[in-house]
Amino acid sequence: MSANGGLAIDVSGLVKSFNGRRVVDDFSLRIPEGKIFGFLGPNGSGKTTTLRMLCGLLTPDEGQGTCLGLDLRSEAPLIKRQTGYMTQKFSLYEDLTIKENLEFVARLYEMDNRKARVEDSLKGLGLYERRDQQTGTLSGGWKQRLALAACILHEPRLLLLDEPTAGVDPKARREFWDEIHTLAGRGITVLVSTHYMDEAERCHEIVYIAYGKLLASGTADEIIADTELYTWRAYGHEADRLASKLRGTEGVASAVAFGSKLHVSGVDADALARAIAPYRDGHDITWEETTPTLEDVFIHLTSGSKDNFA
Amino acid sequence: MRRLLSFTRLGAMLMKEFNHMRRDRTTLGMMIGVPLIQLILFGFAINTDPKALPTAIYAAENTVYTRDFTAALVNTGYFKIVSNADGKDVDRMLTRGQVQFAVTIPPNFSRDLLLGKTPQILVEADATDPVATGSAISALQQIRSTALQRDLRGISTGPSEPEPGFEVIVHRRYNPENITQYNIVPGLMGVVLTMTLVMITGLAVTRERERGTMENLLSMPVRPAEVMLGKITPYVIVGYVQALIILIAAAFLFGVPVEGSVLLLSGAAILFMIANLAVGFTFSTIAQNQLQAVQMTFFFFLPSLLLSGFMFPFRGMPEWAQFLGEALPLTHFLRIARGILLKGSGFMDIAADLLGILAFVIVASAVALTRYRQTLD
Ligand SMILES: Nc1ncnc2c1ncn2[C@@H]1O[C@H](COP(=O)(O)OP(=O)(O)O)[C@@H](O)[C@H]1O
Ligand SMILES: [Mg+2]
Repeated sequence: MSANGGLAIDVSGLVKSFNGRRVVDDFSLRIPEGKIFGFLGPNGSGKTTTLRMLCGLLTPDEGQGTCLGLDLRSEAPLIKRQTGYMTQKFSLYEDLTIKENLEFVARLYEMDNRKARVEDSLKGLGLYERRDQQTGTLSGGWKQRLALAACILHEPRLLLLDEPTAGVDPKARREFWDEIHTLAGRGITVLVSTHYMDEAERCHEIVYIAYGKLLASGTADEIIADTELYTWRAYGHEADRLASKLRGTEGVASAVAFGSKLHVSGVDADALARAIAPYRDGHDITWEETTPTLEDVFIHLTSGSKDNFA
Repeated sequence: MRRLLSFTRLGAMLMKEFNHMRRDRTTLGMMIGVPLIQLILFGFAINTDPKALPTAIYAAENTVYTRDFTAALVNTGYFKIVSNADGKDVDRMLTRGQVQFAVTIPPNFSRDLLLGKTPQILVEADATDPVATGSAISALQQIRSTALQRDLRGISTGPSEPEPGFEVIVHRRYNPENITQYNIVPGLMGVVLTMTLVMITGLAVTRERERGTMENLLSMPVRPAEVMLGKITPYVIVGYVQALIILIAAAFLFGVPVEGSVLLLSGAAILFMIANLAVGFTFSTIAQNQLQAVQMTFFFFLPSLLLSGFMFPFRGMPEWAQFLGEALPLTHFLRIARGILLKGSGFMDIAADLLGILAFVIVASAVALTRYRQTLD
C-alpha cells in the first residue's frame, strides 16, 4: 500500500455542522497502518461525529481525505467493506441470538466459509455454549466483547471503536486491550475513543479534541512536553483539601486532588510558584515539582479551550 | 462491485427480519387479531344517498316516449347517462364497474305502449354495494307512474287513467339479496391490509433507528434495495395470512360468494400489499421515531378508509374526493376484490384498476428509495 504512503487514515480539514453549529471544526488526522491511536476529549467534543465521518456514516460538510487509500466521499461503500465500526451504544440486535447476530454480519459481508468462521468466532469469544442465547440477556462486558467480535469478523484492515470499554470492569477492559494489541500486531489500524487515561497510555499515539477542535496529538510524552505546563505535587496533611482554595487563584490553571495528593498546574512557572507560596510554609505538606500527567494536560487543555457551547 | 442487489445480503436481511418477527409475539398476535376484530366491528354499514350514478342506456328505438323516459330518469337526480351504447356494451360496462346501472329499452317499446301491451324496460343494477343503489332503485318506481303521463294523456280513454302503460323490471346483479356484508367483507380485506402493513413496515425501520441498530446496519455494506426488500417481504407473507383469514370468514361466516378466480385475487393482492409496504417504508424514512410512524400511518389510513368507497359509496362522493380516491390503492383494490368475488371479474375487467395500483407502487417505491439515506445525515 504505497499509494497512500502507508497511511490507513489521511484526512484534512473535516468540518461537520449540525443546525449551524460546528461540531467538528477543521479536523485533520494521519494514522500509519498498524498503529493504535487513542481518541480523547470531553463529552460532546465531536469524537463520535468524527468516527462516523471516517466510516462513511456521515458526509463531511468540508474537507477531504482517504481511508485505506480510498476516497472518503466517493468510495465510502468500499471503505465500509474493509472497516469495522463499533458504535458507542450497543447496536447488535438484542432480540436475536448471539449466533444469529454473527451470521447476519457474515452474510452482509458476503463472506465465504461463513459457518466455520462464525463458529471460530464463537469459540474464540468463549460464547460457543451460549450461542443460542438472546443477545439482550448478556452482561455489559460480554456485549462489548461480542460487538468487537462482530466488527472484526470480516477481517477489516481498519477498526474504529467508539468508547468500547465504557462501563466495563477493569479485568474485562484489560482483556479487551490485549485483544486490540493482538489485532494491531497483525497490521490492523485502530482508532479508539476513550475517557480512560490508562487506556490512552496503551495507545501508540493520542489525538485530543475538545469542542470540535483538535488540540493536541502525538505520543503521551510528546503531548506532555508540547503543552509547556508546570506542575507541583503536594502531599501530606490534608493536601487534597487545598484544591478548592487554589482553584481560581491567579497563575493556577488546574488544581486536582488524586486521593490525598494534589496536582496544581499552570502555564507560567513564576505565577504558579507565587500562587502556592502561602501554603508551603507552616503546613504539614510536602511540595515538589513534577512532570504533569496526561490527565493534568487534558484538564488544562479543556479548560483553556474556548467553549463554544456556552 | 456495485451491484444493486446481492442475494446473500438480501438473504441476510430476510432471515434477520423473520427472526425479529418470530420473537415479537405481540405484534404477530396483533396482525392476526386486527382482521378478526375489524371483521366483527364492521358488521354494520353506513347508509347514504348517492346521486347521479353513472348509467348506460340502450334504447332499441328512438321515439318521443323513449326520450321522455330517459329524461324522467335523469330528472330523478339519481341517474346520470354516461353512454348510449348497444345491448352488449351495457352489460360489459356493468361488469367492469364503469356504470352502476344498465338500462335496456326493448324494440317496439312505443308501439307496444300505444297498443296497451305493457312493454317492459330492463334496469340492471350493480348491487355489489347495495347502499349505493338502494335509493335509485326506489326512485325507479316513481318514474313508472309519472314519466309518460303527459305523453299518454291524449291516448288514454278514461278521464283519470292511473295505470302507466309500461313496466320497469329491476335486476339486481351480483348481490341480488342486497346483503351489505357482501360488500363490506371483501372490502375489509383491503382495509386490514392497508392499516397493518403500512404501520408494521413503518415501525420495522423506525425501530432500528430508535434502538440505534440502524447505525450498525449502515456501517456495513448493505444496499437500500436490500434493506427495503428484506423489510417488506416477510410482511407480504403476514399479509397473505390476514387476507386468508378474511376470505375464509367471508365465505363461511358471511356466505359471501366467491365467483371469480382466487388465484387472480391473490395476484392482485400481492401488488396491493407491495403498494402499502412501500408507503410504510416511505413513512419510516421520514418519521423520527415509532410514534411518528404510527401517526403517519393514520394520516394515510383515514383518507383511505373514507375516500376509497369502503365507508361511503364512491360515486356518492363529490368529484374532488373521487379524484383523491382514485389515487389511493385501496380504492382500486376494493373494486378488484368485489369484482372478483361478487361479479366473477376476469383479468381484463380488473386491468385498469391493477394499473392504478401499479402506478402507485412505482411512485411510492421511487420516493422510498430516494428518501432512504445510506448515512445518518
Ligand atoms: N445527528 C445530530 N444532530 C444534531 N446534533 C448532533 C448530532 N450528532 C451529534 N450532535 C451534537 O454534536 C456534538 C458532538 O457530539 P459527538 O460527536 O457525539 O461527541 P462525543 O462523541 O465526543 O461525545 C454534541 O453536542 C451533539 O449533541
Ligand atoms: Mg461519543
